[in-house]
Amino acid sequence: MNALGAAALGAALLTSIYALVAAVVGARSGDRRWVDSSRRAFYALMALLVLAVISLEAAFLRSDFSVRLVADHSSTTTPTLYKVTAMWGSQAGSLLLWAFVLSIAGSAALFATRHSHREVAPWATAVMAAIATFFVGMMMAGIVFPDAETYPFATFAAGMVPVEGAGLTPLLRHPAMAIHPPMLYSGYVFFTIPFAFAIGALITRRLDASWIRSTRRFALIAWVFLSIGLALGAFWSYAELGWGGYWAWDPVENAALMPWLVGTAFIHSIMVQERRGMLKMWNVSLIVATFALSLLGTFLVRSGVLQSIHAFGESKVGLPLLVLIATVLIGSTLLIISRADSLRSERRIDSLLSREAMFLLNNLLFVGLAVIVFWGTFFPLISEAFTGQESSLAAPWYNRYTTPVGIGLLLLAGVGPLVAWRRVSVSALRRMFALPLAAALAAGVLIVAIGGGGSEPLALALFVAGAFTLAAVGQELWRGTLARRALTGEGFPSSLGGLMSRNRRRYGGYIVHIGIALLLIGIAASSSFQTSRDVRLLPGESATVGDYTVTYVEPTSQAVGSEQKLVFGAVLDVRRDGEQVAVMRPSREYFSSRTADPTAPLRGFFEGEATSEVGRSGGVTRDLWTAMQPDLTSFEPIIEEGDEKFERFAAGIDFDDPAQVQLLANLQGEAILGLGQRYLDETPPADIRFNVNPFVIWVWIGGIVGTLGALFALWPGAESRRRRVGDVYATRLARELRRT
Amino acid sequence: MELALAILIIAAVAAFVAVPFRRGADGEATATVSTADPAMADLEARKQAKYREIRDAELDHAQGKLGEAEFARQNAELRAEAIEILRRIDELAGESAGDGAAERGGAGTAGD
Repeated sequence: MNALGAAALGAALLTSIYALVAAVVGARSGDRRWVDSSRRAFYALMALLVLAVISLEAAFLRSDFSVRLVADHSSTTTPTLYKVTAMWGSQAGSLLLWAFVLSIAGSAALFATRHSHREVAPWATAVMAAIATFFVGMMMAGIVFPDAETYPFATFAAGMVPVEGAGLTPLLRHPAMAIHPPMLYSGYVFFTIPFAFAIGALITRRLDASWIRSTRRFALIAWVFLSIGLALGAFWSYAELGWGGYWAWDPVENAALMPWLVGTAFIHSIMVQERRGMLKMWNVSLIVATFALSLLGTFLVRSGVLQSIHAFGESKVGLPLLVLIATVLIGSTLLIISRADSLRSERRIDSLLSREAMFLLNNLLFVGLAVIVFWGTFFPLISEAFTGQESSLAAPWYNRYTTPVGIGLLLLAGVGPLVAWRRVSVSALRRMFALPLAAALAAGVLIVAIGGGGSEPLALALFVAGAFTLAAVGQELWRGTLARRALTGEGFPSSLGGLMSRNRRRYGGYIVHIGIALLLIGIAASSSFQTSRDVRLLPGESATVGDYTVTYVEPTSQAVGSEQKLVFGAVLDVRRDGEQVAVMRPSREYFSSRTADPTAPLRGFFEGEATSEVGRSGGVTRDLWTAMQPDLTSFEPIIEEGDEKFERFAAGIDFDDPAQVQLLANLQGEAILGLGQRYLDETPPADIRFNVNPFVIWVWIGGIVGTLGALFALWPGAESRRRRVGDVYATRLARELRRT
Repeated sequence: MELALAILIIAAVAAFVAVPFRRGADGEATATVSTADPAMADLEARKQAKYREIRDAELDHAQGKLGEAEFARQNAELRAEAIEILRRIDELAGESAGDGAAERGGAGTAGD
């Protein structure tokens, strides 16, 4: 099976090179046979990479440790889910994932456009094939440069195959982390499609909106994947990392946020080109920037160039990725400059009070936000280059600059839907803005009255902007439904359903706006009004955190042999006004070091990786969150004494005798269980962080609503319905044409 | 083993990607007939986009975002653009039908 995967990957490299050459020959000569052949080559590339992925996954599922990747990132005791997902926990596996998703997305795009874009599609094929060649080539280069660890099918020499694998990094053993990387990568990769067609349109000077119409759906799919990836990463951070938040402005988080921001700007601005023939140069520039930032996202995870919790991804593929990013940026910029005459807008903005003007403003804010995040992310490198000292910017810096821009964007999410295309009269503006402004004012007064906001003006502004947007979108739905009901005579629910399903793009977008408003309200509330306290408690002791009394009831301990894991935890009783509101069980998990000395098994647990399992009790208005870390200083002498005994014992055994080795393993197990019992009998104090995070659940609800809105806008059924409606319009238009 | 598999796979891929070159006369005929497709597909896409604009303008008007005068102006403009697209679709369809008839006539003559 491994041989099949290796052969498929080798053939994939030749196939992607052929697809590139055939597409260029076909594009230059106009010979359709070459173009069709290149498209078929791309389909074949997909089949080959599917074969390669299946082969590698089979090796993980079989725990075939002759494959280095499997031995390094899995083990016989790794749960099946994490065996499947371990592939993208590795560098070579994530390169394979990139190429694999690209081949699927590219094949779908080429299939969808097989009867259109006769001039643009061959060049788009060439671009996609070139990128696929880069990634498959990087993997194959691992054969020649084994230190780069990019070849996924590298094997151990006969006789050197380990009997057990190292297992997956403990931090990644979380369901959100199983899905998070492929979601992010799919987001990055799907942006390749509009980028490739934009380059094709630039080369052929076919710069009307047709390339946008054909690739808009792929940009939206990319946006959905990236949104899900970001949300899962934030949830993992909240539920798995013991610091108490969901967004740390970590470089790799930022790396995924930047293409999301510029991609969101692109998804808005292409509507202006579709309708008004404007912003052509801006749109091609945005998609080039989005794609370059997607590559940068891959680069930041894989290069280890910036300090990050994602440092496990450090590798030697950073330089080739940087060269690719530079090539994309320089090549695209030169192409855009050379086509400047064809990129002139067909029209000008009629009025600053128009939807296109709002889109332009929204774009400037999105790009501005991306620039702020970019500056903050790369500040360590910039400061090092100029001062020789590396210094980084922390969360307060980001919050200071991003919050005002976020408020502006949230307001625009409400203003945009209220304003018509081309121009809107002052009287219509008054009519449309009255209710949302009243709702915003009422929300502001109410929040100040209940004492939530006076001390946090930016949070108050976010609440007010959120109320404005929710009211604006609600009004849109209400008025639209009434208008449809007047036209059709249907009931309110049918009218609402009909309105939305007939205008999926518009109302799908508005649902996304609702989601974003909820998400930002959740962020403002949970970050500005959080109550947090770090306490040190022994069993039986209590502490007060805000309105809550937290009591350390009893310690817990568990040894999980299959995962080489020792868990020390606490049971916490949480009360408010004397009434129990939650029982929480945070714990600290210690994983035996992969390189643990068998003669020092106890210390091996505390020198390996440790993770927090946080305790959470959620609600609509607040989330109780807690993490704990026992102070094991008092255990040091016991650990040292135990390991010394083991060392003495191990010195006298014959490691070639399975019975003696088994005896040692049994003794180690008993010692670890004894350590767990000691924790229960002589419980050391625990450092406990207890947070009360108001409205944090709305961050997740907002993310889900936004994603559902985007899926609603994407839903393919809309197209066929639209065609039927179109026929009605065609008849009507034809009749009017005959009359005039 | 690996090399043999690779050769086998490459042979299968080569056969698959070479199909357009092996189609010969049939393939050329197909290519000729489908020449108009991309232009037609583009016009169809533009028609759908224009219809969407008309529907949006109607909805904006019904919701009170567009006054009567502005709506009348925009509506007339959008419909004129839609009609122009329909006219071009008809022209293209006519050309394709004409080309097809000419080919059928040519084939008949040759057959005669």
